[in-house]
Amino acid sequence: MEQREPIIRLTNLGKEFKTANGTVKALEDINLDIYAGEIFGIIGLSGAGKSTLVRCINYLEAPTSGDVVFEGTSLKSLGRAGINQARKSMGMIFQQFNLLSQRNVLRNVCFPMELQKTPKDEAVKRARELLEMVGLSDRENAYPAQLSGGQKQRVAIARALATNPKVLLCDEATSALDPNTTKAILQLLKEINRKLGVTVIVITHEMGVIEAICDRVAIIDKSHIAEVGAVSEIFSDPKSAIGRQLIMGDTVHTDFGDSKLVRIIFDGRASNEPVLSNLILACKVPVNIMYAATKDVNGTALGQMIIQLPKDEGEEKRVLNYLATAGIPYEEVTRDDF
Amino acid sequence: MIFDSATVNMLIEGIGETLYMVFLSSALSYLIGIPLGIILVVTDKDGIRPLPIVQGLLGLAINLLRAVPFIILLIMVIPITKALVGTLVGAKAIVPPLVIAAAPYIARMVESSFKEVDAGVIEAAKSMGASTFQIVWKVLLPEAKPSLLVGAAISITTILGYSAMAGFVGGGGLGAIAINHGYYRYEAGLMFVTAAILVIIVQIIQEVMMRLSRATDRRIR
Repeated sequence: MEQREPIIRLTNLGKEFKTANGTVKALEDINLDIYAGEIFGIIGLSGAGKSTLVRCINYLEAPTSGDVVFEGTSLKSLGRAGINQARKSMGMIFQQFNLLSQRNVLRNVCFPMELQKTPKDEAVKRARELLEMVGLSDRENAYPAQLSGGQKQRVAIARALATNPKVLLCDEATSALDPNTTKAILQLLKEINRKLGVTVIVITHEMGVIEAICDRVAIIDKSHIAEVGAVSEIFSDPKSAIGRQLIMGDTVHTDFGDSKLVRIIFDGRASNEPVLSNLILACKVPVNIMYAATKDVNGTALGQMIIQLPKDEGEEKRVLNYLATAGIPYEEVTRDDF
Repeated sequence: MIFDSATVNMLIEGIGETLYMVFLSSALSYLIGIPLGIILVVTDKDGIRPLPIVQGLLGLAINLLRAVPFIILLIMVIPITKALVGTLVGAKAIVPPLVIAAAPYIARMVESSFKEVDAGVIEAAKSMGASTFQIVWKVLLPEAKPSLLVGAAISITTILGYSAMAGFVGGGGLGAIAINHGYYRYEAGLMFVTAAILVIIVQIIQEVMMRLSRATDRRIR
């Protein structure tokens, strides 16, 4: 990658919360560079610190150590007014949309411009353009209570873009939406990124979101960054345990004990065959399915399944022989692989 | 039960005095109570500008005033009343104690209305670079409006109840009629009539404020 200045740089960022039960470290030693124009994902399980991290970027939470550098300016060095100024260059959308319930759609989108004292007619004109872009021109007089979740998030996106921010922070923006709406909202975010060149930072606990739109991803686990890289790299070869867990999902660990695990790989051909049923019928042994998934990768259905073989060595051999003769790609894996 | 015209006139005058006391005191109490409520919410430890000492002291002062029973407060503030309105008799004399008793009550009502405002909406305003003043003026007040109106219905009827105690210390209004005629002169009929009029006034205030709250609340429909 060419050398460029990051639009946002986090250096040794840490955040501690003082609670009744002592100090809790929400973030520790976070170093990240986010570049202008990219869609950057931050993924982690709940409680990993990702929401705190995104709030540190616009100083909704002031970090207790380290610094946030936005376009070359250290936010730490800015006072309240300076922070408010910087926030106007960083739009933010939320899981619960956070629209003003007593304002209609148009006035919600005008709100950030009102805060900046933009002349009213100018604000209304800009708001209408944005509503057009998010596909809600016909709902400008509706109130949030009359909108669906997806529509609310579209209004929130229009509102966040009203002041022409350079960065759009998305905090679990699709987590309250159904799968179809999620897809549409992600598509919209991608479009905004492409058309307006806005840097998008996506916080999520769903790998699907990262997969769908992100260029690069940081995996955050227990207050630390576990790994950072291009989405394609992390997907094909997650280095951290948490990375493997997020990509494979939660696996159920009810097993037969410590017998052998085998990963069966379905290519386009094998996924049309009832591989597992055939195997069980042919070998007359039970197998335990530990994990199974198919993913649409560039149009072909690829999948993998991890099965646990019977403890008995003879039975184990029979299964492996069957897989080999049937020409089904497989490999032996260990428990640490997922 | 038929009253002579003197009694009817007295009742009409009583209604006028009661409404005057209640609405003037409510207006003044809100003028003081809303800013106090805002300070309570804004300076709260989870507020927009946490100032625990200010919050603590203000909260204490409010609790102290609220702990004093109104009938005792009426007597305790006599010097203040005298200094402010120059008399201790009639409807006017009851306004200062009513405001002193109601303003802290209203401050708490306003505080609780503001606390109902979704913290996420406030966070969103912050993320847009809103100043504290802008958050109060453009987020807290408009978002809390329906709840503030419901609170006002409760507060105004409470003030109406307090105002009826004025009769014991020479104040005016329906309460004074009920006490002077019904209690001291055993005119039970008159006492029930004044009570009935008070009930009707409470009903009207309650109904008007609730309708206003519902009609202006954009969360329902």
